[in-house]
Amino acid sequence: MIDVITLILMTTGLIFFLCGSIGLLRLPDLYSRLHALTKADNLGLGLLLTGIALYQQDLLFALKLVLIWLAVLAASSASAYLIAQYARRQETGR
Amino acid sequence: MIITNMLFIDILLVMSILSLAWATLTATDVRRSVIFFIAFGLLVTLAWARLQAPDVALAEAAIGAGLSGALLLTAVQLRPRGTLPSEALDNEKQNRSNRADLRSSAAIRWAVTLLCIVLAYILIWALLQALSSQTNDNLAQSVNANLANSGVSNPVTAVLLNFRAYDTLLELAVLLTAVLGIFALSEERAGYAPAGAVFNGLVSWLVPALILMAGYLLWVGAHAPGGAFQAGAILAAAGVILRLAGKPDIGLPVSSTSYLNIILVIGSGLFLLVGLTMLALGRPFLGYPEAMAGKLILFIETAAMISIAATLILAFIGGRPHNREDG
Amino acid sequence: MLTAHWLYGLSGCLIMALGLRAVLLNDSLLQRIIALNVMGTGVFMILITIAYRGPDATPDPIPHALVLTGIVVAVSATALALTLIRRLTEEQDSD
Repeated sequence: MIDVITLILMTTGLIFFLCGSIGLLRLPDLYSRLHALTKADNLGLGLLLTGIALYQQDLLFALKLVLIWLAVLAASSASAYLIAQYARRQETGR
Repeated sequence: MIITNMLFIDILLVMSILSLAWATLTATDVRRSVIFFIAFGLLVTLAWARLQAPDVALAEAAIGAGLSGALLLTAVQLRPRGTLPSEALDNEKQNRSNRADLRSSAAIRWAVTLLCIVLAYILIWALLQALSSQTNDNLAQSVNANLANSGVSNPVTAVLLNFRAYDTLLELAVLLTAVLGIFALSEERAGYAPAGAVFNGLVSWLVPALILMAGYLLWVGAHAPGGAFQAGAILAAAGVILRLAGKPDIGLPVSSTSYLNIILVIGSGLFLLVGLTMLALGRPFLGYPEAMAGKLILFIETAAMISIAATLILAFIGGRPHNREDG
Repeated sequence: MLTAHWLYGLSGCLIMALGLRAVLLNDSLLQRIIALNVMGTGVFMILITIAYRGPDATPDPIPHALVLTGIVVAVSATALALTLIRRLTEEQDSD
């Protein structure tokens, strides 16, 4: 039973990652690409880590995975913001 | 078990690594090469994890992908102001035709390609020989036999800081030489603008977390994957983040040259001091007494971590720090 | 013993050969430094493959120590090389 739930969660996470990558390749400009990348990848990572935590069934391990997810969330959000800010400055500065 | 055949993952990983290496080496724009190189370093970290090498994976992620990538990005940024990528390519083409046409002649290129194919064959043959005759395990067995007397229980740390401590001392001397060379060549590059609210918020919790993690890696290196090099690299990452956020003091005493010199020298200096003390006590050079081996290793690792972090931060900022009057 | 880790060793040899070709043939100095780093990573891959002893056994720690030393030395040499390149281009641009 746990195996099935884990499989569903991880597959959904991977689908989100796939959507993020397709967005990176196909969307027209920088801002929409950033949007797709960060949102889809963070959610995909969260689902993936939930699946792994469920599979291991260890509370300490799950807490470590939550910490990893929070760190990735903060780092990717800050980097996306900085990239968008720099691109904006390039546009309005010219 | 969900995953029954890890070979599939290995094949995918190796194909990704090879294609990223190819992309890194054949990209026309240098900035693209650098980005591909960072991604290549991260996938190689996964390869180390698959090959049961967690210490090397930690070091590769922190130093190989992270710090090398940061250094290369700052080097790429320093193109002449106002050149678009196409202009830079024209400059390159002009430089190429101005030089002796050795590298652009087709014959030379084919000869070099042939040489590399031959090299690859020889390496593969040698590797197969090494892998198929793995009965010579003497060194590994003597490491295992003496691990209990070495003061730590992580075999890689024992090899680095006890059995082959001399090599690590010379490696710290190499780091010192590199930073002396960088000092002799240039002063620090222009700094960055002070960070906005978002980046400052990230820095305010990330840098203390990195310092904590570095201390933990230093401590845990005695009995689990970790050690001085990984800890020093994480501290250097903290310094790089401080620099990028526009803080004038990048975590180092940049206003005082003597303190900075002490920090740079303390790694190899303390290591050498411990070795000479052992020599004075009648033991071989760097031969720790068994009772004190663990404490001595931790002592040396702490000094090494400080030196490694300072060296890598100074390498990132580009040279000797300017005089800061107001600190 | 043709298990999966042989695959990594093979790719290490290929990466090293590709890196060598790029070091000799690429155009700008910066691209050659990157190729030198890639070549170094190929060498590390070969070393760690030799140290592998199976998915459950402890690997041989000595090539691991060698590779750890190698990674740190490679990054410090890269830093020095990049400073040299910067200084060289400054000198070339000014005369």
